[in-house]
Amino acid sequence: MIELRNISKAFAEKQVLKDVSATFEQGKVNLIIGQSGSGKTVLLKSIVGLHDIDNGDIVYDNRIFSEMNFKAKKNIRKEIGMLFQGGALFDSVTIEENVMFPLDLFTNMQFDEKIERVNFCLNRVNLENVNKLFPSELSGGMQKRAAIARAIALNPKYLFCDEPNSGLDPKTAIVIDDLIKEITQEYNITTIINTHDMNSVIRIGDKIVFIFQGVKSWEGDRKEIFNTNNQELNNFVFANEFIKKMKP
Amino acid sequence: MNFFSHMGRYSCLLKKVFSKPEKFSIYYRRTIKEIDNLGINSIGIVAIISLFMGAVITIQTAYNTENPFLPDYLIGLTARDTLLLEFSSTIVCLILAGKVGSNIASEIGTMRVTEQIDALEVMGVNSASFLILPKVIGFVFIIPFLVVISMFIGIVGGMLAGSISNTISVHDYVYGIQYAFMPFYVIYALIKSLFFAFIITTVSSYSGYFVSGGALEVGKASTRAVVNSSVLILLFDLLLTQFLLG
Ligand SMILES: Nc1ncnc2c1ncn2[C@@H]1O[C@H](COP(=O)(O)OP(=O)(O)O)[C@@H](O)[C@H]1O
Ligand SMILES: [Mg+2]
Repeated sequence: MIELRNISKAFAEKQVLKDVSATFEQGKVNLIIGQSGSGKTVLLKSIVGLHDIDNGDIVYDNRIFSEMNFKAKKNIRKEIGMLFQGGALFDSVTIEENVMFPLDLFTNMQFDEKIERVNFCLNRVNLENVNKLFPSELSGGMQKRAAIARAIALNPKYLFCDEPNSGLDPKTAIVIDDLIKEITQEYNITTIINTHDMNSVIRIGDKIVFIFQGVKSWEGDRKEIFNTNNQELNNFVFANEFIKKMKP
Repeated sequence: MNFFSHMGRYSCLLKKVFSKPEKFSIYYRRTIKEIDNLGINSIGIVAIISLFMGAVITIQTAYNTENPFLPDYLIGLTARDTLLLEFSSTIVCLILAGKVGSNIASEIGTMRVTEQIDALEVMGVNSASFLILPKVIGFVFIIPFLVVISMFIGIVGGMLAGSISNTISVHDYVYGIQYAFMPFYVIYALIKSLFFAFIITTVSSYSGYFVSGGALEVGKASTRAVVNSSVLILLFDLLLTQFLLG
């Protein structure tokens, strides 16, 4: 479980996150939704410590991350897998070396064991015969899957995904969404996904946190989201004509 | 941002770069790779410009000293000292600032805007040290070899040009390049080159590491890397020359 307690973050004069509190549960797909520019990426990067927050606490299973020193944070980082918006695969090395990278860094496994683990992870995301290819030789969807393979290489307890299906066609987007959901349940991971895609919300959102202009404006599950009085959330959810028709 | 905030951020970056490496074997492999990428891959351009500049310096010197009272071997001597003192260190490093500097800034800048640096940081890697240290060590290690290669090829270029154009005989040239030879000139050039290699790698890395935005900003960072490291090379050339020869 990950808990956010009253976190705030500003860049220079610009206040991006204002007093955000939320909890994200283990074994569930937790979604952070909101318009582009509402602060989702900043929130996610603050949770993993890529941005230092100005106020508040971030708690990983009763361990207060935001108060730790670099070394203690590093121990938690071993338990974190992260999928970035563009995949963020290292483009100077092959897919195999990308997935092996965390293993090289944090384990003392023999080369054979590492290869075995790499192949297992690539298999898990349904990628075959890509070991020796470079990221630029893969399609967008395959890059995302390879990045998921890298994120799960160390058996993470926490998985973070920033807009995992942005830039993908609807069908591939579903494949990625389902994959993340399966992995979350299979390994009982605390997964947090940023998205502005209502299809993902309907399909995989176990718990949903809605961010509006840097403030947490609503939280609930995917059934409740269609019956809310929250005006901003309604505007967001029913922006799409098709979904508007589903309104009860 | 003003000059002082850049200096402050640059110093902080260097402090991060030179902190203790986490896993030595990975750093070792990366350093070898950078020696190849930044150093070995630059031998070609260093050889070509040195050959031609050695030739041009020799012919120009011959042209400027067409005087029956001056012995021919002075041409060899002048070409040698020009190459040793200034060309093979400063000018070669200025040219490498263009090649290596833009390469480093665009590589690191691209990693920044595509979140590859964030990916490293999330894994708990000190990205500054991981990306930059191998480049600094690799290039500072290889630069003396490049400088010596440049000196040698430049002198050979002068000899070839002199004899082909019939301005100076091989015999006089060889006599000239040995005449009043000061080994310290080579040391001086090598010392300068170490500073220059450090400037090129750190300044360019700095420029790439703090890019924000997209491809356009990466391009700008790359240009800035070349301009800033060139200016700093010239400044340090002056300071070091004053300090070492003055
Ligand atoms: N490093 C930064 N420096 C300054 N402002 C930033 C930075 N990162 C994000 N912002 C600002 O924070 C706001 C939220 O951005 P972001 O979290 O990327 O939105 P999104 O919800 O689309 O992911 C934007 O207005 C953006 O300009
Ligand atoms: Mg975003």
